[in-house]
Amino acid sequence: MPGTVITITSGKGGVGKTTVTANLAVALALQGQHVTAIDTDIGLRNLDVVMGLEDHIIYDIVDVVRGHCHLSQALIRDKRLSGLQLLPASQTHDKSAVTPQEVAIISQELAANNDFVLIDSPAGIEMGFQNAVAGADEVVIVTTPEMSAVRSADRIIGLIEAAGKGPGRLIINRINPGLVRRGDMLNTFDVIEFLAIDLLGVIPEDEAVVVATNQGRPQAFEQSRPISRAFHNIAHRLLGEDIPFLPIFEEPPETILTRLQRFFRLGQGGPR
Amino acid sequence: MEILTRLFRRRRSSKEMAKERLRLILVHDRSGIPPELLHRMKNELITVISKHVRIDHRGININLEHSDGLTRLVADIPIIGARHGTSERPGGTRSR
Repeated sequence: MPGTVITITSGKGGVGKTTVTANLAVALALQGQHVTAIDTDIGLRNLDVVMGLEDHIIYDIVDVVRGHCHLSQALIRDKRLSGLQLLPASQTHDKSAVTPQEVAIISQELAANNDFVLIDSPAGIEMGFQNAVAGADEVVIVTTPEMSAVRSADRIIGLIEAAGKGPGRLIINRINPGLVRRGDMLNTFDVIEFLAIDLLGVIPEDEAVVVATNQGRPQAFEQSRPISRAFHNIAHRLLGEDIPFLPIFEEPPETILTRLQRFFRLGQGGPR
Repeated sequence: MEILTRLFRRRRSSKEMAKERLRLILVHDRSGIPPELLHRMKNELITVISKHVRIDHRGININLEHSDGLTRLVADIPIIGARHGTSERPGGTRSR
């Protein structure tokens, strides 16, 4: 049975697609899965850097499409973790260097020998996005709890549904529990209420991501920190396991006041 | 007292502002109606209504709303009274 092709996308840039892709690839490979991550952000490749594999690139996805090399020659094996490989994007071309059909064919080919193919999508809703979702069995939307990111996610969810790839599942990245508790950040429930799609995971904001990227060693390699646990939980959910969401991101304990507020909010009703 | 201030503060949290704004933004985005079209419709609605009655321009609230999978144009236009003299039946409501 071929593996699952999952596209990780967002609409808005800078919400952590690449970090999420790298960490999920590592977390799945640590579960003994065969995983290939594809960077489709042609012209702005970065997945190689976040994964710490930039020194090993010889060929890239555009070389494969143009027949300059075999697909297997362009794949970079991660020496730290068996079962993990990367198909890098080209840094010199642009999004039109490949077509959605070509990406779909490559991902199907990879799915034949992998349990998971993770496609890191570029930001935006244009050609690059079309390239990234064309071959997807499932789409994962990454957002942060900020208005601009949620708005973009809403738009991209519409486009995913229009492409027949819907509804997709949501990862809320960079939740800051302190800000949520202070009432200065949308919480998980708020975001889900707006976007009305299934939640795949919630990832806390953590400075360790900066360090991990500096070192080229995704956080998911460690097990201890809450952020690593968040990535591993998502990996387990992708494997079909029913893992409860980390309690730290839930609402503060319900008081009479918050119960009353919730009651009135329910009465008003929100969009969708 | 402390309970009251806490309640008050929570109501004005930036999250609640974000939710309110985002709700409106998403209704507009999902409707696919460009802002200038909505603006034109609002103006035409107001023109038509004010041809027949006097309205309170400060209290006008015409907006898109989204619920149960439907987008609605909801208009709240406060009426001050009948427009005397321009009615098709002059003096129709005058005796009141």
